[in-house]
Amino acid sequence: MNLWAASDQPTLEDFGNDVWWIVLIKVVGVFVVLVLMTLFAIVFERKVVARMQQRTGPNRVGPRGYLQSLADGLKLAFKEDIMPALADKPVYFLAPVLATVPAFLAFSVIPMGPTVSIFGERTPLQLTDAPIGVLVILACSAMGIYGIVLGGWASGSTYPLLGSMRSAAQMISYEIAMGLSIVAVFLYAGSMSTSEIVAAQADGNRLDFFGLEFTGPSWFAVLLPVSFVIYVIAVVGETNRAPFDLPEAESELVGGFHTEYSSLKFALFFLAEYINMVTVSALAATLFLGGWRAPWPISIWDGANSGWWPLLWFFLKVVAALFVFIWLRGTLPRLRYDQFMRFGWKVLVPTALVWILVVATMRTVSREADLSTGEVAIYVGLPAAVLVLGGLLLASRSANRDTRLMAEEASAGAVHASDPEPDVLPPAGARRRPTGGPSRAEGGYPIPPMDLTVPPSPRIRRESTDTGTAVVSTGRRGTATIEEDGDA
Amino acid sequence: MTPDAAEVVIGTGEAVAFWILGPVALAGALGMVFSRNAVHSALWLVTTMLSLGVFYVIQSAPFLGAAQIIVYTGAIMILFLFVLMLVGRDSSDSVVETLRGQRVAAAVLGVGFAALVGAGVARATEGLAVIGLGDAGGDGNVTAIAELLYTRYVLAFEATGALLIVAAVGALVYTQIERHPGSRRGQKQLSRARFLTDDRPQTLPGPGVYARANSVAAPALLPDGRPSAETVATGVEAQQVEQMPRPTGREQLGSPDAALGTMDPAPLDGPAGDRR
Repeated sequence: MNLWAASDQPTLEDFGNDVWWIVLIKVVGVFVVLVLMTLFAIVFERKVVARMQQRTGPNRVGPRGYLQSLADGLKLAFKEDIMPALADKPVYFLAPVLATVPAFLAFSVIPMGPTVSIFGERTPLQLTDAPIGVLVILACSAMGIYGIVLGGWASGSTYPLLGSMRSAAQMISYEIAMGLSIVAVFLYAGSMSTSEIVAAQADGNRLDFFGLEFTGPSWFAVLLPVSFVIYVIAVVGETNRAPFDLPEAESELVGGFHTEYSSLKFALFFLAEYINMVTVSALAATLFLGGWRAPWPISIWDGANSGWWPLLWFFLKVVAALFVFIWLRGTLPRLRYDQFMRFGWKVLVPTALVWILVVATMRTVSREADLSTGEVAIYVGLPAAVLVLGGLLLASRSANRDTRLMAEEASAGAVHASDPEPDVLPPAGARRRPTGGPSRAEGGYPIPPMDLTVPPSPRIRRESTDTGTAVVSTGRRGTATIEEDGDA
Repeated sequence: MTPDAAEVVIGTGEAVAFWILGPVALAGALGMVFSRNAVHSALWLVTTMLSLGVFYVIQSAPFLGAAQIIVYTGAIMILFLFVLMLVGRDSSDSVVETLRGQRVAAAVLGVGFAALVGAGVARATEGLAVIGLGDAGGDGNVTAIAELLYTRYVLAFEATGALLIVAAVGALVYTQIERHPGSRRGQKQLSRARFLTDDRPQTLPGPGVYARANSVAAPALLPDGRPSAETVATGVEAQQVEQMPRPTGREQLGSPDAALGTMDPAPLDGPAGDRR
């Protein structure tokens, strides 16, 4: 790394001594970036999902429909602001604010670029940083839960309450997995400050594989793949996105926690959700994808990591991460709630803990025994991997065997293996579900009658009474007609 | 203490933050005590905890501040709220005193206790000099905490961890429903069993939808017109649906528009239209 590049990398001492107007510019800049990213993300999501579903997507407002979310936002602002009669007014009012403010706040520690010159002042492209930078983001996301939970509670309605209960449990569970996935990054980077984590992924990873020296990738996504996967899954749960969008599952809870909200309050919730998406994408880029540093083929060019160029790499990475969010939404069905919680607690959290153990062991061994990278990988990484894979293989085989045995047992007993368990639902009257229904061979499944006709509209009756013509019957013209003519 | 150490000045920023957050924290505490609604109380408590978190950060303990916000405000208080929300929205404190004079006694004792603790703390810290935490951290706040936790206080740390784990496992054991392993068939087993035995691998058909009923108790009709008992949910008595007479053909219904009542007035194009 040359001297010029080294001076571009901000350190913790570079923060906190900006002139006030620089700080103001940065604050406004972060705000504008987040709002623009939200507008972009909404249109981007609708267009990408549309493409995945063989549709066109929004194409009316602005060039190729790209101003659609702006129009929607304006429309939302002019809608009627409804205060439900049963709402707890102060909390109902506070909840969207509580959801939005931490979402904006979290972005303040995201590094968007190296030290640049703004009107002659050299300053890092990052609002601020602290030795505990990443924890600030975690704290903000923890505060964001309050918005959702209180919004659901204060609406004074059942579906929002259910949604907020779900989100409380879900976001806490997945925040644990998320926090644990980041721990390995802290171990490798030796710091919790976002700018130093980016610096730790700066220039290659010198590998010494039994005398064979080469420069490997230094992105933590490559060095710590398990952490990266856990992080990606956990943040999807943390941001309430499909397939983990249980707090706002529209097929179960109408709109979830924001069912009763309208107008600008609803817009704030919407904004908060998308900003959270952008923030966790930016954090993924920062922690695992090298931050604002250029990816490999571009990084050969010396100027790639200085000046304003890194802003481009950073936002390309963020948009790529956003695309993954949208991709997941377009592809996966929503999980059942119990399966979702089981996955979080019984798969993600233990895996993250074991992974931290492995990472810490490898680092300790390499330091204490003074081994090279390759030797550590052979002596520690390989046995650990074999052990884990073997365990998973055994577990899946035994689970499959259990399933097969149980299925055979169940099928031996009843004609309908899917009969509910007797203690779940009492039989109605004297009848259980009959097993002697028509089989497939006999005539197939119930179908609507072939001569099904739509009954006449009740509006006709009103019309006939209004006109006061001599209709003798009850007013149902259809009925009268048929009675006269008889059923054919 | 030494006189020169006492000359440490509290910075303007710190003073401003203190005079804003101090009253906020106090207001939160008072609001927590005086709120009638349990959820409002919890929210006031959150305000106080947040202020404390910021105080820690200002006092050069950023890690403690972050932990305070993430763990106490973010996780523990949310769990509190979780329980409170289950209680119901309208459950407020009763204003009826069950013990005579309880409020007055509680107020007097509370104020007395506060005075006692306040006086004690004031006496103990009277002559102390403000030296700040700048050099207490050594190699930074986080590193210093890690060093202490894993060297001097490692036993206490481990014991606390073990205690918490035991508590969590104990709660799980007490609330667990005893079920013989393998006694409950899961989705996977049932699906496999269905394919092994039934001639119906998919779900059962739904109930019928008629002009006069779309109840779950209304059986769907088979092609030959018999009601299908399979389509009625278990535990529900099948209902007899009063059928609409089935008009057939244009002869009885007139034009489709007239039959649907969509056109107003219907054009005179058939026998039904003629009769109007």
